[in-house]
Amino acid sequence: MRSLCVEPFQNFSVVDTGARRTLTYCSPWKTNHKHEAVLFPPPSRPIRKTLCICLSSSSKLPVMMEEEKKTFDANETALLVKELNESFRTGKTKSYEWRVSQLKSIEKMVVEREKDIYEALYKDLSKPEFEAFVSEIAMVKSSCKEALKELKHWMKPEKAKTSMETYPSSAEIVSEPLGAVLVISTWNYPFALSVKPVIGAITAGNATVLKPSEIAPATSSLLSKLFEEYLDRSAVRVVEGDVPQTTALLEQKWDKNIFTQVLNFNTPNIVHLSLHTRYNCGRSPRVGRIIMTAAAKHLTPVVLELGGKCPAVIDSDVDLQVTARRIIGGKWQVNNGQACISVDYIITTKDFAPKLIDALRKGIEECFGTDPMESKDISRIVSSNHFSRLQSLMDEYKVYNKIVVGGQRNQKELKIAPTIFLDVPGDSQLMQEEIFGPLLPIITVENVKDSIDLINSKPKPLAAYLFTNNDKLKNYFVQSVSSGGMAINDTVLHVTVSSLPFGGVGESGMGSYHGKFSFDAFSHKKAVLYRSFSGDSSVRYPPYTPEKQKLIKAVMNGGIFNIILALMGWSRD
Amino acid sequence: MSTEEENQTVFDVAAASMLTKELRDVFASGKTRSYEWRISQLKSMIKMCEEHEEDIADALHQDLSKPKLESIVYEITMLKNSCALAIKELKRWMMPEKAKTSLLTFPSSAEIVSEPLGAVLIISAWNYPFLLSLDPLVGAISAGNTMVLKPSELSPATSTLLAKLLPEYLDVSSIKVVEGAVSETSALLEQKWDKIFYTGNGRVGRIVMAAAAKHLTPVVLELGGKSPVVVDSGIDLQACISPDYIITTKDYADKLVDSLKKELETFYGENPLESKDISRIVSSNHFSRLTKLLDDDKVSGKIVYGGERDEANLKIAPTILLDVPRDSLIMKEEIFGPLLPILIVSKIEDSWDVINSGTKPLAAYLFTNNKKLKEQFVMSVSAGGVTINDIAMHLAIHTLPFGGVGESGTGSYHGIFSFDAFSHKKAVLYRSFMGDAALRYPPYTLGKIRLMKALMTSNLWTILRALLGLS
Repeated sequence: MRSLCVEPFQNFSVVDTGARRTLTYCSPWKTNHKHEAVLFPPPSRPIRKTLCICLSSSSKLPVMMEEEKKTFDANETALLVKELNESFRTGKTKSYEWRVSQLKSIEKMVVEREKDIYEALYKDLSKPEFEAFVSEIAMVKSSCKEALKELKHWMKPEKAKTSMETYPSSAEIVSEPLGAVLVISTWNYPFALSVKPVIGAITAGNATVLKPSEIAPATSSLLSKLFEEYLDRSAVRVVEGDVPQTTALLEQKWDKNIFTQVLNFNTPNIVHLSLHTRYNCGRSPRVGRIIMTAAAKHLTPVVLELGGKCPAVIDSDVDLQVTARRIIGGKWQVNNGQACISVDYIITTKDFAPKLIDALRKGIEECFGTDPMESKDISRIVSSNHFSRLQSLMDEYKVYNKIVVGGQRNQKELKIAPTIFLDVPGDSQLMQEEIFGPLLPIITVENVKDSIDLINSKPKPLAAYLFTNNDKLKNYFVQSVSSGGMAINDTVLHVTVSSLPFGGVGESGMGSYHGKFSFDAFSHKKAVLYRSFSGDSSVRYPPYTPEKQKLIKAVMNGGIFNIILALMGWSRD
Repeated sequence: MSTEEENQTVFDVAAASMLTKELRDVFASGKTRSYEWRISQLKSMIKMCEEHEEDIADALHQDLSKPKLESIVYEITMLKNSCALAIKELKRWMMPEKAKTSLLTFPSSAEIVSEPLGAVLIISAWNYPFLLSLDPLVGAISAGNTMVLKPSELSPATSTLLAKLLPEYLDVSSIKVVEGAVSETSALLEQKWDKIFYTGNGRVGRIVMAAAAKHLTPVVLELGGKSPVVVDSGIDLQACISPDYIITTKDYADKLVDSLKKELETFYGENPLESKDISRIVSSNHFSRLTKLLDDDKVSGKIVYGGERDEANLKIAPTILLDVPRDSLIMKEEIFGPLLPILIVSKIEDSWDVINSGTKPLAAYLFTNNKKLKEQFVMSVSAGGVTINDIAMHLAIHTLPFGGVGESGTGSYHGIFSFDAFSHKKAVLYRSFMGDAALRYPPYTLGKIRLMKALMTSNLWTILRALLGLS
């Protein structure tokens, strides 16, 4: 089936129908819409077993084809998994020393190869060095640093209180590694979003496979090279590749014929950080669903880090300049809007909108100059596929005349200027799907409180932002808007606070990580109760006499009188 | 009876979808979020337990011939304790948790806010049909959700009782009971839920998780698995109730068997099939599954105690099998019945490998006086929970999370862990409009890059140098 993946097919997809798995391809001359229709004839019906991954990126695909000649297939994956499980079995990844040595190596890798990393990121995304440093290098470094500092403390069993019923006893919660875990990452922060989960997996003492995104090929191959060089090969691995590779990886815990494999792969924790694939198939089947379905076959717990349309609500009493700057920071300064927590759309009041637009226009000019297309301080669009997706969002007849700022584009360089739309209709594509690019629609409402209903009528986003000086509104917003995380009077910055869990809810994902939460995401919390042989009351055992019933009821209900009775129970008879 | 029939004919996908819509509307109204609503529901549940203790014990007896003490201790009282704990702690659980912020975001404050998920589905099991239905409900209520409970159809009396009592005592607009079997469950699973909490076996667990994947619904799966008991030599033999299998050393095995025999005789008398203190097997299906395990060629000669069965009354006597081979049927599947196989190892440390070569169990037990063995066991055996020198008591401790790992499940509950299982932990960062540095924004000059690097590595000296433009 994999032989289908030859050059002429620019888009192809895996259609999984449970036992029957086939690779089909999506004809490049069809638009995304038609393509979706081809795959899902009755769009009204819930998608059941037919799921699809569509990956593509015209110019990048030939490169991938060469890579594919290495054919990393199911057999090879089986071997890899077996090897990792064997390493895990030896217990070496469990030791504090091993974890620390790996973390130190990652630190060293980042320091020594900083330049290479910038280069790869520039190749993949034209990412400015400042941005690359702040959101990729520094993030990884500080994660390592924190993990190294706190690891002993994190690994320590946590004492738990015990109750009267089990007296005398002591209890604790022991964090133990899960086994072999799989991390699948994405392309928008291809370095940080790959390495940060791996740090979590290592701190928790697991053996890890990382599958970086093929849409950021330079970073992917750099990661593969660097991991080999710096980390313990027997327990930390990179598998590069495309859909077949991902499928092969998932198959690993999926094929019932290799039963020992299934057993050994006990609890791989799949962290999924993918956003990119969804666009090619419209809004329907996210890779997250495929991953979770595959994981279900082996009862593998998953962490899914997805995206969503992150709103920013702007009240009219704000400091306009600061607000505008922080929106710019949370939109065009984070990978040109190609970030899962970047501001997707703005909601503000009718009266305030013109003022806000002026401030944004001024701010954009200050940051990116009079011609933002020339600015070196802004990332490009990742691929021509994404470029054309964004273009079709801009050109939709419902919105094309609503542009108030920007609108310039350069297909050759894959650049789109910061673009603001005013008053786009709710049923436009722009407001229906996650934008993931430099387009920013502004929705106006009569009363700022109306924005909350608007947000809640959509799937839960990964982040929600509010700018206001009104404390009551703040409280109301925090109480009534459901989202993965929130920042009040700022954007994006909550991600940098490692004492906060980072993760989605509902459509934006499940599970969380960062700081100690990463350690927890890759650990099992084992409840341990220690008892001694004294204090075993015969009350607990049959035959059950009426006296025993009375006594045990009393003990379980608690209270001082009952304790006296209980003590009688403990005086062994 | 008639209502049940009605239910069965009416409850299909359309009905299920109506039901979730109704629950979502109620959730959107915000009423389940209030502290008062949560407390009132928890209080009603305690009242229900108190006023209907007899009915509950009767239903459990009908379904499983469960002895009254067992019902009261393991089901009713434990549930009441859960409610009481939640009532006592709820204010504290609901309070946002302050989080530290860093220099980078100064000035700011941060907190983690627990918010309800929305509409949740709870599918429970038949072995503790009362507790395993309502204990998760306590978590879902404390966290402020709306919910549907689907009790197990294998314990019909309890299921019917729950369907009758819950609407009587609890807020019927936000807490629903749907009775039924496979088709009702499938109809429910088609819907989009914000969490699915399933107690049962791994086969159905997989189906539940795959159904949840369609809607990206997170799941808690409370499954089973073969829970081993490792018995070191030289311990005081008294307390063994219902582990899945025992591992011990060769020289100690006989002593252990003798002691177990003696204990079982005092528990259940000479003729255990006549004893009132032993639950019957839940269904004839399960009965025949258990007899098949007993009749396996590899183990049929290994019975050293018990073995009697009474098909008409669905009773099997407590049965001990000594030195069963690891590839026998009884060692391959979860037994879930009164059969107790004993495995023999040459030294006690070998049992770690025996356990780790199977799938991860929900619980693992060790009986020993040896401190080093205890430590080794806790560090090297992976299981949902571990109890040293006792059986199953770890689930009575609400400060410990109860849940499996690997094949024995995912997610956990009890006490605050129940509240957490049904909550989303929302990260919130509060900032003021002050402290906005031009440093953060383009155009990126070399100086800005330097200063930012210094700031983010929090090296004071470099910050100073960068500020002075020295580096």
